[in-house]
Amino acid sequence: MNRPLRSEMQKAPALDVARVRADFPILARQINGKPLVYLDNAASSQMPQPVIDRLVRYHTHEHANIHRAVHTLSEHATAEYEEARRKAQHFLNAKDEHEIIFTRGTTEGINLVMHGYGRAFINAGDEIIISWLEHHSNIVPWQMLCQEKGAKLRVAPINDAGEILLDEYEKLFNERTKFAALSHVSNALGTVNPVREMIATAHRWGVPVLLDGAQAAPHLKLDVQALDCDFYAFSGHKIYGPTGIGVLYGKRALLEKMQPFQGGGDMILSVTFEKTTYNTIPYKFEAGTPPIAAAIGLGTAIEYLNGIGLQRTGAQETDLLNYATQQLGSMKDVRIIGTAKHKAAVLSFLIEGVHPHDVGTILNEDGIAIRTGHHCAQPVMQRFGVPATARASFAFYNTLEEVDALIEGIKKVQRMFA
Amino acid sequence: MADIKQLYQEVILDHNKKPRNFGVLDNPSHKAEGLNPLCGDHIFLSLQLRDNKVEAVAFQGEGCAICKASTSMMTTNIKGKTVEEAETLVQEFRDMATGQLNVQKQPNHLGRLAVFEGVKDLPSRVKCAILPWHTLHAAFNSMTTTTTENEEEPMKSAGVTI
Repeated sequence: MNRPLRSEMQKAPALDVARVRADFPILARQINGKPLVYLDNAASSQMPQPVIDRLVRYHTHEHANIHRAVHTLSEHATAEYEEARRKAQHFLNAKDEHEIIFTRGTTEGINLVMHGYGRAFINAGDEIIISWLEHHSNIVPWQMLCQEKGAKLRVAPINDAGEILLDEYEKLFNERTKFAALSHVSNALGTVNPVREMIATAHRWGVPVLLDGAQAAPHLKLDVQALDCDFYAFSGHKIYGPTGIGVLYGKRALLEKMQPFQGGGDMILSVTFEKTTYNTIPYKFEAGTPPIAAAIGLGTAIEYLNGIGLQRTGAQETDLLNYATQQLGSMKDVRIIGTAKHKAAVLSFLIEGVHPHDVGTILNEDGIAIRTGHHCAQPVMQRFGVPATARASFAFYNTLEEVDALIEGIKKVQRMFA
Repeated sequence: MADIKQLYQEVILDHNKKPRNFGVLDNPSHKAEGLNPLCGDHIFLSLQLRDNKVEAVAFQGEGCAICKASTSMMTTNIKGKTVEEAETLVQEFRDMATGQLNVQKQPNHLGRLAVFEGVKDLPSRVKCAILPWHTLHAAFNSMTTTTTENEEEPMKSAGVTI
């Protein structure tokens, strides 16, 4: 692990974890008579009280459909919804708020690009590049497109640490390459990919790049302009917002030439039976009534995160990952899967002789929530020759004591299966 | 939920560690593959039926302790039983695991298989325990014989995904 320790990070005062924990009411829950130890944040993070309150306030006092009515409620809801869009824009440092499309989540964002860009501009014989680290959400849509168009999927391999082999990645590019879809951070292993370099490679071939940012958005400072990525997708519920809302960023020039994803209300300027004129971006891609409350709640989640500061949340997550890696790494018959130099706060592991599902069930008995299974990344599992792993993933509200609880839980599993 | 130790009892841990009838039969009269895609539990069951009785049975595959122990104990239980007797166990095991059969109060033939009763409190693990029994049911109904002619196709029809 070469991540900087907290002491080496910039000056921001350390996070008062006890205080931020108080913002997350669910963390006070007991599970099976034990305090909840929530280490499944990569699957979904919890919502702080300000986000919950914002949802309640919206539903109690502010709800109406947006964009088309002249009454007060609708105008207010529209303003709040569009304000959330601007918060997402600043979160990603996008140039223009019209480059921000609200989606249902990362998966829908990727599918939108597959339909809107892929189906319009990728043809038979073309090639699409992904990596071995992708979540199924960033594999299957491209496979579907390849099948439909007669295009070919090329996969950048990884090494035993779970890092993409950049030389091999570069070799995949040729004049037939038309698109690259890459994870920013691996959900199964936590690897932070060198996406800036990878995007630069793709751009040398004139190939646009989509980044799956589902696992990066909770942990990293994002700047789509600095990265120069063409599309960026993430989910609200992994950055302390509600489910059912996500964001797709796309460069304006690309979004404008893309086809709509779904047809319906809000995405049109005019409709006759002969011809429909599509709305401008981003509305062209937001057919139907969106999850208004969830979008506004996401805006509040972003505000909440900004209030704490990514530097402080990041430092706490680094501490947790370093400590957990060190503790688990020194345990007998425990193997960490994914040992990249640059990792986000995700720790996949195996206990010798015990299936991850048994690990998960036994830890749950002590209130410890981890994820077990293939993490929707079966190629990663195949690469490491395992059917599944146990995965602990940390948020800034986790404590070193919770890591200790995990370690004790693992020891208990080992005693039972001894 | 009851104490986790009620589920992970010695007998289950023992069968997980030392699965009985582990392997494949040379010339099985019936076989089936069971897959639980959510967990990655994957078993391959081969049977030798003679005079409507399970003469021999073997399994291979990988899975969690619940799945492996359930499969192992199933194989020891069905050996020597008629297809109908084994099918009764399939039904009863399923009912127990889904909480529809109370093994203490209702008559049944499960015997030691009752150690799996605890899975009924763990919805995410019910499938792990039931998988081998579904696979057995599929194998019985596949009526496959291992001629090279139709080796591929009956396998597919017998595949179970739950």
